[in-house]
Amino acid sequence: MNRRVLRRGFSNLMVGLMIGAVIAALAPLFFILANLLIKGAGSLSVDFFTKMPAPAGESGGGVMHAIVGTLIIVGVASLIGLPVGIAAGIYCAEYPGSRLTWVTRFVADVLNGTPSIVVGVFAWAWIVATQKHFSALAGSAALAMLMIPMVLRTTEEMIKLVPNSLREAALALGYPRWRTSLSIVVRTTLPGIVTGSLLAVARIAGETAPLLFTALGSQYLSYRLNQPMAALPLTVFTYATGPYEEWHRYAWAAALVLILVVFILSLGARLAIRQRFDLNG
Amino acid sequence: MTAISDRDLAPPAGAPEKVPLDRSSYSDQIFKGLLTLGAVTIPVLLGFLLLELWRGARLAIGKFGLDFVTTSVWDPVAEQFGAFPLIFGTLVSSFVALVIAVPLSLGVAIYLTEFAPKVIRQPVAFLISLLAAIPSVVYGLWGIFVLIPLLRKSVFPLMRDGLGFLPLFQGPIYGPSMLAAGIILAIMVMPYIMSVSREVLMAVPNTQREASLALGATRWEAVITTVVPYARSGIIGAIILGLGRALGETMAVTMLIGNRHEVAASLFAPSYTMAAAIANEFSEAVGDMHLSALAYVAFLLFVVTVVVNAGARLLIWRVARGSAAGAKAL
Repeated sequence: MNRRVLRRGFSNLMVGLMIGAVIAALAPLFFILANLLIKGAGSLSVDFFTKMPAPAGESGGGVMHAIVGTLIIVGVASLIGLPVGIAAGIYCAEYPGSRLTWVTRFVADVLNGTPSIVVGVFAWAWIVATQKHFSALAGSAALAMLMIPMVLRTTEEMIKLVPNSLREAALALGYPRWRTSLSIVVRTTLPGIVTGSLLAVARIAGETAPLLFTALGSQYLSYRLNQPMAALPLTVFTYATGPYEEWHRYAWAAALVLILVVFILSLGARLAIRQRFDLNG
Repeated sequence: MTAISDRDLAPPAGAPEKVPLDRSSYSDQIFKGLLTLGAVTIPVLLGFLLLELWRGARLAIGKFGLDFVTTSVWDPVAEQFGAFPLIFGTLVSSFVALVIAVPLSLGVAIYLTEFAPKVIRQPVAFLISLLAAIPSVVYGLWGIFVLIPLLRKSVFPLMRDGLGFLPLFQGPIYGPSMLAAGIILAIMVMPYIMSVSREVLMAVPNTQREASLALGATRWEAVITTVVPYARSGIIGAIILGLGRALGETMAVTMLIGNRHEVAASLFAPSYTMAAAIANEFSEAVGDMHLSALAYVAFLLFVVTVVVNAGARLLIWRVARGSAAGAKAL
């Protein structure tokens, strides 16, 4: 009898510890978000988005150059990475038996686990070292390379959810394979593919390491892809590790903007997919 | 005329030339060609990556060979490089991260799959997955201005008082340190370990739980004696996947570890990791040999993470075959 009470007590104790683990795991999230809001929100203003940084040590100014830079770098990376990733994902899902599918999937897994800093070194060696100067394009190339395996995986998983009967119906009606793939399979999974793409964009938008020695960062507003360019994550890094109080305020505000962008992208992506797939079971 | 009617009446006995069913078979080929181009790009990129890393590292590989891994001198001016402190820092910081993150994330994963009320499972899992969406540099920022002051003022002195008999917790407290980096890494890898082990636990058949409950086990005993052993290799896979993340994590570690090329016994001492050294020194490298040594470090880091990730994936696939649990978590 006594032993049974002990055993049940131990069970309850372990459940209590696990609830403690949940609280401990959620605490950093709330701490980080709260700190970002408290320290970052005060510095957000119209100037922050529309002005260039003030000279070091002076107040005022903004980080327009970094916001524009991030938009350009991430935009170009998406232009390169999304088509390749989506095409490869469709290939892997539509030709599951082929040897190329096996190799591509395996390599995508390898690349998915590759540290982003290593990809940065690759982009440096490939583009910066041969052109002899830092460039936004090299940064975009590094980010695109991080995107491709992510987009491939989500695209493939989404397409696999399409029942084969849909494919067969289209083929039976005389659709050629390419039209079956594009207007039946891909169209059915379009929300899923969009979601995967948005998640990938959200992930690379916050990447800093691959940009350190490719896009490098800059104090000026630049639209030229073959020149160094500022980016929001780089700005957070430089300002956070810099000596001035004013810079630290910028860093918090820039981090808040960055995280809002990332969260909005990934939340939007998740909501879009929930409506489409979860309801159908 | 006759030729045509002949063919209509009696097709040749041997295989006829491939007759296109309709105009679109060319479009089919073009379509497949485009997709193949996309699929081929990925292995080609990996090949390029290896080639470029090797080309970049050639100089250092030729000069230092495998001694690079075991020597500790890092002197850009004298062009002497040894990566042992970097490798040591990488391994220790990741290990510290796992020591903290594994019990927490397994606790959360087990609670969410086995004990939690149904309504809170999804929301809690979602909140924790948000941790994975926070960019590394934001963790670094938070670490510099919130975590490190907190650790330096209250947590580290307490640990030194309580655990100071261990060499791990001795010596001066600066703030930026191996332990600070390990803690931030633990927060960062926790969502990955949690979500993969949750998927793996959910793949355990319900009959396992029912059988042990029917034999009189308490709920905890059912979990620890049947569910967890069933999912064991998947859970180990999840942990190794977390290890892979921790090994390559760059920005947050760079900002918190103190960046010193030294091997110290104390976790309070500043240290360095492979990724952090590349991040800090690459754009300001003095001379070709320095660059090449850093590329060599990148090459080693790449090889290590590939091996670690491949191992993790094998283990996860063994449990959740077909459900691609690992892929989803990434």
